Amino acid sequence: MYGRLPIVKMMLVTVALTAVMSAVMVSINWDGQEASTAAPKIDDLLNVMIVLSSFVFSLVCVMLFYALWKFKAKPGDESDGEPIHGNTRLEVAWTLIPTIIVLFGGGYSWKVLHDIEKLEKNPLTVDVFSQQYAWSFGYPGKGMAWSQGELHVPVNRQVQFKMHAQDVIHSFWVPEWRIKKDNVPGITTTAIVTPDRKGTYQLICTELCGFGHASMRAKVVVESPAKFQEWVAGLKEEVPQPLAESIVQDTETNPVGTEELGAGGA
Amino acid sequence: MVAAIKRPGWTRGVIGALLAAAFGFGLVIALRAISGLPLYQTEQTGYPHVIVPLILAPLGFLAGFGAFDYWLRWAIGAPTIPDDHSQHGAKSWKDYFRFNTDHKVIGIQYIVTTFIFFFIGGLMAMLIRAELAQPGTQIVDAATFNSLFSTHAVLMIFLFVIPVFAGIANYVLPLMIGAPDMAFPRLNALSFWMLPLAGLLFIGSFLAPGGAFDAGWTGYAPLSTGAPLGQSFFNLGVQFAGASSIATALNFLVTIITMRAPGMTFWRMPLLVWANLSTSLLVVAATPFIAGAQFMVLFDRVLHTNFFQFAAGGDVISYQHIFWFYSHPAVYIMMLPGFGIISEVISTHSRKPIFGYRLMALALIGIVVLSYSVWAHHMFVAGMFSWLRVPMMLTTLLIAVPTGIKIFSWLGTLYFGKIHTYSTAMLFALAFIVTFTIGGISGVMLGMVPIDIHVSDTYFIVAHIHFVLFGGSVFTIFAGIYHWFPKMTGRMYDEKLGRVHFWGTLIGTWGTFIPMHWVGMDGMPRRVADYATQFGEWNLLISCCAFFLGACQLVFLYNMIVSWRFGPKAPANPWRANSIEWQVSSPPPIFNFDEIPRVVGGPYEFGVPGAKHAIMAGEGAEVPAGEPSVVGSH
Repeated sequence: MYGRLPIVKMMLVTVALTAVMSAVMVSINWDGQEASTAAPKIDDLLNVMIVLSSFVFSLVCVMLFYALWKFKAKPGDESDGEPIHGNTRLEVAWTLIPTIIVLFGGGYSWKVLHDIEKLEKNPLTVDVFSQQYAWSFGYPGKGMAWSQGELHVPVNRQVQFKMHAQDVIHSFWVPEWRIKKDNVPGITTTAIVTPDRKGTYQLICTELCGFGHASMRAKVVVESPAKFQEWVAGLKEEVPQPLAESIVQDTETNPVGTEELGAGGA
Repeated sequence: MVAAIKRPGWTRGVIGALLAAAFGFGLVIALRAISGLPLYQTEQTGYPHVIVPLILAPLGFLAGFGAFDYWLRWAIGAPTIPDDHSQHGAKSWKDYFRFNTDHKVIGIQYIVTTFIFFFIGGLMAMLIRAELAQPGTQIVDAATFNSLFSTHAVLMIFLFVIPVFAGIANYVLPLMIGAPDMAFPRLNALSFWMLPLAGLLFIGSFLAPGGAFDAGWTGYAPLSTGAPLGQSFFNLGVQFAGASSIATALNFLVTIITMRAPGMTFWRMPLLVWANLSTSLLVVAATPFIAGAQFMVLFDRVLHTNFFQFAAGGDVISYQHIFWFYSHPAVYIMMLPGFGIISEVISTHSRKPIFGYRLMALALIGIVVLSYSVWAHHMFVAGMFSWLRVPMMLTTLLIAVPTGIKIFSWLGTLYFGKIHTYSTAMLFALAFIVTFTIGGISGVMLGMVPIDIHVSDTYFIVAHIHFVLFGGSVFTIFAGIYHWFPKMTGRMYDEKLGRVHFWGTLIGTWGTFIPMHWVGMDGMPRRVADYATQFGEWNLLISCCAFFLGACQLVFLYNMIVSWRFGPKAPANPWRANSIEWQVSSPPPIFNFDEIPRVVGGPYEFGVPGAKHAIMAGEGAEVPAGEPSVVGSH
């Protein structure tokens, strides 16, 4: 029955469409500038998914438009179609092939996740404090240096952000780093990133936190280690008492990082 | 006047609501006076003198309106009023405004009510897009903006997509399975009347001090536990919408399981019936979780129970687990009935049996089972136990498989058929396949943890959810409304206007929601009244397309109203469909069937010589020799 269909031609059109769509879509840098070691890995995953998705989308379109072209009823034709109830081989195929595709995607994602959260030696720990509607940051060292609204980190060194929300949930996102993590009142959450491109970026709150949510931003500066040290040394204020307390009081139940996978309490 | 007070109806309903509210208010004030507390507690999360009346007034209205009359009489041992069917069926338009137990009347009540909320929610969307057309704040301030998108989402989800499917199924499903009505007609009517009350609570929250609820439809704690009074309106509205949903689902389950016509085995049920069976299984088990979550937030707010108050030992993240344990299955509650509609429309208009009927039914059940194991994919960046992310990712990706089976089976149904595209319903069904595929693809991407980390809580999410819920669910709703409009109203709609509506909606949907993917990936967060100027041009385009999309819905409204009143009379079976609802007149007689039909074959046996789905009364002579082939055999 289905042997009557020009399967080879349909597949060729599908592949051609896929090639054109993926070529156009992969050439566009959707996620914007890449400024961390995680960014190219995530963007590669996205590109692979764009190719696979283009294939699925092309296949659906080719199947649909071929059917509409070939099997559209002539005006006045009131007869019925052929009484085909199914085809076991086809049904098995469109169950198994998508399963394989999504499991491949799942495995690949798992690997990327593993890579981008791998802990490196000698990371810099920065405490992130969020409250309606401002960000501030604590740096280790003598006392605890405090910066309001401006985050500086050295280039090419892994940074571990320990996040503490003071009132409601906020979310820490630097698009160029491709890293996002909620700051949750009562617990410490962690995000790991290795910035690899100097420059100025924006930290954006991405969890609705009230009327000031849209303007809850901070400046992010990635600079050379020397400049960074100089900047930290120049910080005048220390982390205020209530914020410092939240570091101690927040329970750290959900660590992130490859070494710690599965080690946290539920 | 006295008669009006004695008789169940609007007068008694309003009096009941006022009495209940007064009683609640008095109770709170009296108890506070006895306890030596200040009479009014008006810190923003408090207001017990508002909350208690808000709980009681809807119940008072329902009692006055007559929702409980029969049960109350029965419960207290009074003679029940003999069932004279005075509450059954509609003889004039006025009967649609009464407590009516006819599933066809209730179906229409549902559909009209939910479309009213669709247009209210749509107007809010227009305001949101007007504000977002340019960077900066022009039309509404940030707090109002938060209220607007929260209310928009809540109305669209709880008062349009979920209940409109219940409305369509209410009308069609009993007819389809050859039943005279739903299993519990009074419960059915009660389910409907809770719905507008929930809507009034949601919209009424704009009157509350501090404005309408503004923590998003997700109402994450602790933003919601500390929000102004409007949030309590949301907590309570969800209870009424949820109770309505649960009662309807129970009703569908019992109806489908026990009231099928003789001969209608499970494997002879139309896929719309399968779809509503699956949906109801989701609703009865999942919806109590959102009801619970909102009660916990309400208790935190009013009774200081500290479920989610971190400072008092509560656990913030557990709100999200409970909420999404409902709200992910809810995505399928908003999609599976639509899958059923698409199966009916595509099979009928391509004159072919559904391809792989059994696998189609099993795919629905597969989605039901899997959908309970994917909720935490909404929480990949929420700071939950990090190892949980990978298993949730895998189940999320796997749920694409049964969904894919459905897409390919619809496409397979078209092959070697005779595809008719004169009906707007079929146009929406075909467009749904492509549009929903996009929503499915972005869903698979979102299921992948590393991609989700980047695009979570950005406009990519807004694009995805609207492709799934507008390009998906709403397209299926339009398909369903156009498909059964002749059956429900006894009139034909105008196909020309239908086509205008279809093409406008298709172009508007793609124009509005496709660019949202791009601005999201490029760094624009969602739920913001203001954004970086670099996204200005894209947002202007999105807003223009959104206004166009909104305007196209007026064509639909006009077509429906005018056709309902003046359209040409509809024949019993304008689409030459096989299922039972098309074998009775349009609209069907008050008790559906003079004689319960006998089902002798599958519902989609197009092109099978001599095959018949059901034998209607008076058709006995036409019984074909032997049983026609069983559906789904290969």
